[in-house]
Amino acid sequence: MTEGDTSYLRAFLKARSGLHLGPEKGYLLQIRLAPILRDAGLASLAALAGTLRSGRDPDLAAQVVAAMTTNETSFFRDRAPFEALQRSILPRLVEARAASRRLRIWSAAASTGQEAYSVAMILAEMAPALEGWTVDIVATDISAEVVARAKAGRYSQFEVQRGLPIRLLLTHFEQGPDGWVISPELRRAVDFRVQNLLDPLERLGQFDVVFCRNLLIYLDAETKRRVLAAVGGRLARGGFLCLGSTETVLGISHAWEQDAEAPSFFQPRSAIPQPYVASYAQTV
Amino acid sequence: MKHCLVVDDSAVIRKVARRIMESMSLQVSEAEDGQQALAACRTRMPDAVLLDWNMPVMDGYEFLQELRRLPGGETPKVVFCTTENDVAHIARAMHAGADEYVMKPFDKEIIAVKLQEVGIV
Ligand SMILES: C[S@@+](CC[C@H](N)C(=O)[O-])C[C@H]1O[C@@H](n2cnc3c(N)ncnc32)[C@H](O)[C@@H]1O
Repeated sequence: MTEGDTSYLRAFLKARSGLHLGPEKGYLLQIRLAPILRDAGLASLAALAGTLRSGRDPDLAAQVVAAMTTNETSFFRDRAPFEALQRSILPRLVEARAASRRLRIWSAAASTGQEAYSVAMILAEMAPALEGWTVDIVATDISAEVVARAKAGRYSQFEVQRGLPIRLLLTHFEQGPDGWVISPELRRAVDFRVQNLLDPLERLGQFDVVFCRNLLIYLDAETKRRVLAAVGGRLARGGFLCLGSTETVLGISHAWEQDAEAPSFFQPRSAIPQPYVASYAQTV
Repeated sequence: MKHCLVVDDSAVIRKVARRIMESMSLQVSEAEDGQQALAACRTRMPDAVLLDWNMPVMDGYEFLQELRRLPGGETPKVVFCTTENDVAHIARAMHAGADEYVMKPFDKEIIAVKLQEVGIV
């Protein structure tokens, strides 16, 4: 394994997913890619780098990205943002959107779906206030594998215990042979799709709330700005962006305003004019 | 300091639970079965009870019913905790007046989340 192969793999990951892997994290390549080498019958990371360079094996490329990204998530992760969504953000949006009776919510780095399903459970509790409304929940991730898991909605006992109040487990899950399955109604409420946030996002449409949590922490400053601008560009006027608990002070303070009542939520200080997203990104 | 009573016939489980909850700055006492637990509650009502289901002498279900009849017995937050993890069982525990439910095996994070859920930590 030469310096060149390591830096090729790091550059590959950055170009593909935005993942920033510092030179000191080279050992992670070794650990996380070992199973892929074994399955693909490749002798070393150098051989893997060679195959990726040749561009002959797109599946392998996707597997490498998936193996290196962190999928850690849980239902109602960090609690506070979901409480704020229910108590403060959604009631305000219900008022603001009373004319169109339409709400669109996006979980932008959804991993195995717990975030999107948590939102769906909150909306189910609010059903009386949303009678006659059209509510879309879209959930996307770069990894086809986690998107498939999210769609299936199967979770282990361990996964449902982390953060899910038992009342909601009883309401929204069915017991399967080896774990718990989200109810068909809730599964139908979420539209899961594969989407790389570095690719064009326009076809997703616009959203009133966008969750982009615990992804930016893995990106370098430039990619972070790019993703924030692209994701922020999907916000409808008056919409909210929700960031992860450690992502609230990411040097974005002058472009985004933190909500006074719901500190995980942000709004752009001025509308983001779509044609100017690129220059906006440079000045954030 | 909030006070949590751990009720389980297994000394190992009690020890694990004690260690987890003490690390969360809770004061912990133990009981081996429902009867002991009820006596402990009569002397001093805890803020929370981590309650096993299957115990000799008086099981978790009976204990919970008795507890809720004691003066002040409606205040402790009760987190049920068993290896019988089917929906019917969980629903029965919640119906009997439990506030939350933990499936064994548990770890510190799960206990922390459940105690948060019921407002103890
Ligand atoms: C740590 S998880 C966060 C899950 C959830 N948002 C939460 O906060 O619990 C990060 C997810 O981002 C996804 N991801 C990484 N790079 C991405 C990209 N360029 N586009 C879309 N998703 C990406 C990963 O596949 C992973 O599932």
